[in-house]
Amino acid sequence: MSNLIKDDYRTRVTMETFSFLPELTADEVYDQIVYIINQGWTPALEHDRPENSADHYWGMWKLPFFGMRDPNLFLNEIEECRQAYPDHLIRVVGYDSYTQCQGHNFVVYRPRGM
Amino acid sequence: MSTQTFDAGVQDYQLTYWTPDYTPLDTDLLACFKVIPQDGISREEAAAAVAAESSTGTWTTVWTDLLSDMEYYKGRAYRIEDVPGDKAAFYTFIAYPLDLFEEGSVVNVLTSLVGNVFGFKAIRALRLEDIRFPVAFVKTCNGPPSGIQVERDKLNKYGRPMLGCTIKPKLGLSAKNYGRAVYECLRGGLDLTKDDENINSQPFQRWQDRFEFVANAVDKATIETGERKGHYLNVTSGDVEQMMKRAEFAKELGQPIIMHDFLTAGFTANTTLAKWCRDNGMLLHIHRAMHAVIDRNPNHGIHFRVLVKCLRLSGGDHLHTGTVVGKLEGDRASTLGFVDLLREDFIAEDRSRGIFFDQDWASMPGIFAVASGGIHVWHMPALLNIFGDDSVLQFGGGTQGHPAGNAAGAAANRVALEACVKARNEGRDLEREGNDILRDAARHSPELAVALDTWKEIKFEFDTVDKLDG
Repeated sequence: MSNLIKDDYRTRVTMETFSFLPELTADEVYDQIVYIINQGWTPALEHDRPENSADHYWGMWKLPFFGMRDPNLFLNEIEECRQAYPDHLIRVVGYDSYTQCQGHNFVVYRPRGM
Repeated sequence: MSTQTFDAGVQDYQLTYWTPDYTPLDTDLLACFKVIPQDGISREEAAAAVAAESSTGTWTTVWTDLLSDMEYYKGRAYRIEDVPGDKAAFYTFIAYPLDLFEEGSVVNVLTSLVGNVFGFKAIRALRLEDIRFPVAFVKTCNGPPSGIQVERDKLNKYGRPMLGCTIKPKLGLSAKNYGRAVYECLRGGLDLTKDDENINSQPFQRWQDRFEFVANAVDKATIETGERKGHYLNVTSGDVEQMMKRAEFAKELGQPIIMHDFLTAGFTANTTLAKWCRDNGMLLHIHRAMHAVIDRNPNHGIHFRVLVKCLRLSGGDHLHTGTVVGKLEGDRASTLGFVDLLREDFIAEDRSRGIFFDQDWASMPGIFAVASGGIHVWHMPALLNIFGDDSVLQFGGGTQGHPAGNAAGAAANRVALEACVKARNEGRDLEREGNDILRDAARHSPELAVALDTWKEIKFEFDTVDKLDG
């Protein structure tokens, strides 16, 4: 603990929601997908090069997965996206059509070294 | 219809203004008052007096009444109810025809409804409990410049409340040192920082200097963290020209959000500023200094839920609502009621939360509820449970009082918030498991561990003065 008080406090590059938690495990990602689906939202994936992370729009991985109820299918999509773009950031989006907003949005994969 | 004749003199209000058979129209503006009449005045007469004095009536008959269609223009007291747990008081419900009010002017509504009538001698105490604004009136108002959804999109904040803090000490810092405190909070993990409401443009810190240094702090933290940041630049000032000059300068500096104190500055200034914000893509944070003078006495004044509705019509993207758990007054059920009035599109009558009327906002954007005042990390689970995602949680002392400084304090709050959001999404019970969730999160965060240790014994347990009736 004393190190926190004595040491220099460094600024970190973060990526909004859940950036301050340890990297989510596969089970923890699964739980968040279940949450998105149970809210009635549509899960979707976005990816882009780290240098573009501040842009509003990232590349869209396929279309949002309208009507998808099985979280495992969505986990497969994350894996497929990761293999196609290993040097990209990937984020999970939950589209809420009622508020026309995103109900959830968190980075699920960071390339090595980020 | 020349059947009426002029009888000079004084007649009972209830002959004209007490109309128990009246069915309110969808276009009527409805109000509920809590009334304590003077001894010897009947409920019907007191209710009618309130209706008369807040609409067309005066104390005596005048001949010019006969030149107008008073039956059309008068306010009508149409219902009287007991106040649970209070024998001296009663509720009266009054319907006002829409034509009594200028389009788009909450100022005009308040001048009538809370004008002379509040000093009326026949009434010992009077409180405006709620107003139902008809859709026909709502649609004439500009409302929030952006609203919750647009603000989330602009700031890229999703799936969680936003985190803020008011820069302290609230008075006395130089502009450059003040900007330093802003930068430290934002780089550590807060989304937003705030001018204290007392900060305008004092000798120790002129507004131009503050705006320039703060803009530099916001821009630098944005670039370094990769997250969108903002600081509520307070444009409240002594005159409207000055207010607009400050707003324009904030825009010139490329800043996303400004702030205003809507009660001390007044609704006219606020509406002007909100319209400017809509035209200029600027977010607007609203502070509520003076509200407790108006809303805290349970028998006299205006309930805060009415001020909430008036602000939503006048315009703002954030509004302070109290915290329920922190250092400032706030009954839980009542707070949940007016938080809904801020954010939802349709709110049904619900007496258990102090809501006297259905209110349809007809797609007017919602406003973020701001919880601020004596809150710290241990409150995080309860705050998330009470306020949900569409809120700004502001930890002033709870950020800047951290033993390792503002940045570590900000990170501690951010870790606590994200741990609670994640746990809630996993279906865990925040109120029951909150302490465990925080302790678990602290295992990965020395910042949070220190914060939990620093504030573990701090509580604010006092009885609420303004409780719901019953």
